[in-house]
Amino acid sequence: MASAKQTKSGTVMVVGGGVAGVQAALDLTELGYYVYLVEKSPAIGGAMAQLDKTFPTNDCSL
Amino acid sequence: MSLSGKPGAFKAELNLRPRYIDPDRCTACGLCTTYCPKHLVDTYNEGLSVTRPIHIDYPQAVPATYYIDPATCLSLLHDTCQICVPVCRSNAIDFTQKSKKRTLEVGAVILSPGFGRVPDEALTQYNYGNHPDIVTSIEFERLLNPSGPFEGEVRCLSDRRHPRKIAFIQCVGSRDLGCDNGYCSSVCCMYAIKEAMVAKEHDPDCEITIYYMDMRTQGKDFDAARVRAEEHYGIKFVRAKVADVMPWGKNLKLTYSTLSGEHHFEAYDMVVLSVGLDAPASAKQLAEITGIELNKYDFCKTTTFDPLASSQKGIFVAGAFQGPKDIPESVTQSSAAAGIASSLIKAQRGKGVVVKSYPVEKEMAADEEPRIGVFVCHCGINIGGVVDVPRVDKYIEGMEGVVFHAESLYSCSQDAQEVIKNKIKEHNLNRVVIAACSPRTHEPLFQETLKDAGLNRSLFEMVNIRDQCSWVHANEPAEATRKSMDLIRMGIAKARHIQPLQEQTVPVTRKALVIGGGVAGMIAALNLAEQGYHASLVEKTDSLGGHLKNQRYTLNGDKTADYLKKIVDQVTKHKLIDVSLSSSIVAVNGFVGNFSSVIQSTGKGKSAVEQTIDHGIIVVATGGQDHAPETVLGQALPKSPLIITQTDLEIRLDGKTKNRAPKAVVMIQCAGSRGDDLAYCSKTCCTQAVKNALKIKEIDPESQVIVLYRDLRTYGYAEDSYREAREKGVIFIPYSMDDKPVFKATAKKVEISFNDPILQEKVTMEPELMVLSVGIVPQDTEELSKILKIPVNADRFYLEAHVKLRPVEMPVAGVFLCGLAHSPKPLEEIIVQAQAAAAKAAIPLVRGEVNVEPIVSHVDQETCIGCSLCTSLCPYQAIQMVKVDNKRKAETIMASCKACGICAAHCPTFAISMGGFTNEQITSQIEAFGQAGEE
Repeated sequence: MASAKQTKSGTVMVVGGGVAGVQAALDLTELGYYVYLVEKSPAIGGAMAQLDKTFPTNDCSL
Repeated sequence: MSLSGKPGAFKAELNLRPRYIDPDRCTACGLCTTYCPKHLVDTYNEGLSVTRPIHIDYPQAVPATYYIDPATCLSLLHDTCQICVPVCRSNAIDFTQKSKKRTLEVGAVILSPGFGRVPDEALTQYNYGNHPDIVTSIEFERLLNPSGPFEGEVRCLSDRRHPRKIAFIQCVGSRDLGCDNGYCSSVCCMYAIKEAMVAKEHDPDCEITIYYMDMRTQGKDFDAARVRAEEHYGIKFVRAKVADVMPWGKNLKLTYSTLSGEHHFEAYDMVVLSVGLDAPASAKQLAEITGIELNKYDFCKTTTFDPLASSQKGIFVAGAFQGPKDIPESVTQSSAAAGIASSLIKAQRGKGVVVKSYPVEKEMAADEEPRIGVFVCHCGINIGGVVDVPRVDKYIEGMEGVVFHAESLYSCSQDAQEVIKNKIKEHNLNRVVIAACSPRTHEPLFQETLKDAGLNRSLFEMVNIRDQCSWVHANEPAEATRKSMDLIRMGIAKARHIQPLQEQTVPVTRKALVIGGGVAGMIAALNLAEQGYHASLVEKTDSLGGHLKNQRYTLNGDKTADYLKKIVDQVTKHKLIDVSLSSSIVAVNGFVGNFSSVIQSTGKGKSAVEQTIDHGIIVVATGGQDHAPETVLGQALPKSPLIITQTDLEIRLDGKTKNRAPKAVVMIQCAGSRGDDLAYCSKTCCTQAVKNALKIKEIDPESQVIVLYRDLRTYGYAEDSYREAREKGVIFIPYSMDDKPVFKATAKKVEISFNDPILQEKVTMEPELMVLSVGIVPQDTEELSKILKIPVNADRFYLEAHVKLRPVEMPVAGVFLCGLAHSPKPLEEIIVQAQAAAAKAAIPLVRGEVNVEPIVSHVDQETCIGCSLCTSLCPYQAIQMVKVDNKRKAETIMASCKACGICAAHCPTFAISMGGFTNEQITSQIEAFGQAGEE
């Protein structure tokens, strides 16, 4: 995690780095905000990283 | 963790736990794990395999840094071992790391902690834990996975045999008050079908049965997959309640009872429990820290009209913590939450962002001699352990254009990046070739290094001698070394021809066009306006509100009319929203960032007026309406005032008349859907039927309400209402497609006969009303799909760019989708989807420009014969035909091009080339392959 310029604004904290948290973080950066993505485990990806394929198209999940 | 402050100025205190590995140094080579002497149960594989305390969960993990489990590491526990420290060649292991406190100042918070595991008693009731071949669906998921315990082979955990017969039990830990989870988890039916299909692909002879109460495949195109599972894959679906699972010799005996109350049993090799989604384990702690309220199931408490707002202002929720849901809905909620958080703190936009600056790019003359630098990576022992890297490096010596070459232990490490930058300057390099791993993961990193050294990032070629060489030829070191030489020779040949490509940007008109004035279109327009952008809202009819105008109340009893009035007021009063009623779009020109559209408006008795507006993005929210079925359950629908729709009933029940609740009513689900006129499930009708049934019972508890259904699809919390309806005496009777209800009707009388599977006899009734759950069809999508060149699916709903990961975007850049035009869905989901579409649509508006990847296609108009084959083949509408000197010529719309190369591959005159992949470059690569040089 790189450090933001020390302004006290323009930042959002996202708690949980599963597919929902990662998507929110990505969209927020695109919308012009610095994001702190906080995840308790050593890697992001959450439960989706445990899946092989996804319903109904059987696309790869990783 | 702690949180204080208010919206716009929160302060969060975090505790950062150590990894004991320096992420800047770790190259994820994996050597440490092979030397670590201690075992650790692998939680990533659901405990089905073992790993070591120093490990990475899976090779694709982000960050790609190993970590040490402090609860099992011998060094951290007993201050011994430390075998890993000297093994690590990049000195990344650091046992001195300590927990760190960190304080963050943030404007808003989004909570997305996901879901938790269902209570143990949900599993133990099926003997889970007492037999190794009773597994959870997540364990089964890992068994199917190539990175799982048996490398993707499905084997019984008891004796490693391949199971011949597998049973899935649905609703484990869901729809079960025994473990306090009254709700439906909304995902298990889908993943069970998926897992069953994948297992069948692994072993087509395997027999699979899914035991279920209702098959809830209500999402877009989900029913089609269920039918495919049954008809194409031969998976058996049995509607039954499983009583228990008992060990039975080598097998498992599964006892189940069908609707008629008969008991059966059957032997299986393996039983999979389809576990539901519980609230996350951290829910209560999160609620304590943030002050948000939880609902009775410990998920975040929210409302239908503001689905992502927690009870604390400035704290939003997304994903499964908002309520059990699948991936596309989670992703949609995330985009929506990002958008509403962004609106809340829009005054702070851009203030926290750090913009990186680069040195000025070196000018390069077109005929400048190539000065190529080549770096051959060992990747620790990943490449170096197989490929003879020093020999490969020596081989490069003297190749045409090469002025520098060297080996590198880890070319992606920070110190190696510095070396590359210095060598570029020292040797005045103007092309760089790196022979290492995959461009998929590392090309952006090296291109960044080039930019830092003042070189155009396109002057780079990557040769993959790891994934496609040392890994796949691990047992053939001599051949792998020769192949590396071939690949590098080819890469250098291409590098001689690469040219700098300019990164281009296209300016964006910072305005939005929203098509459709229903709730989806209005919410999208409002959210865009809240973010500070002008929105033109175009509505075909003479009033706002769309399909919601027909609704009266929600399942919770909230009045939809009040909500509708509120948002119509907000839309009409908002300074940044222009509403055009009785209007439609007749033409759209341009591309993302630069659209220009013609709106045609017709007033009463006036002639049509046309106006042209410029805008940067388009939100499609053209909505849907109740289907008017012609056939119901295979029978032509008779005309009778006694046959009405659920919407008709809802309006009647919301009135004031004394006898508005019928004394006896029969509701027919899937009337016209799932096989009659419509092939699909409309997702909302079951909940609407339950809602109206409860309303009838509220008005007149003596009323007789019978619901004839196929699968009762009250997913999520609506399951609570379904249970309440049964408790209040509403009778739900399933029918099958082999034995459909039969009806007759005149103006005065309606008669319905159906089979009661519990009584096991035919019942004939003459209710006061027969109510049809008719489903939802999209408003006309044909015309707009032609104008915007956007696709529709077989059911005439618009088709999004990617069903899982890009659910509100269209394949055409700059066009977004929400509401009933996407698929049938309830109000809460429409609101979220509209918020998400607005958030995604705001991205180009915020940036004010669209970046064009330099690898887009380019048409040489001298050679182009104007056949327009490329235009018809381009999946992104990124090539247009233009008139040049009165001749038709193709031209790439760079902002829309995704550089897929289909046009270049099909052009009959080779007039199209791809940036970074020109014919010249590829041909020279192929020629170099045939010219094996001397060592």
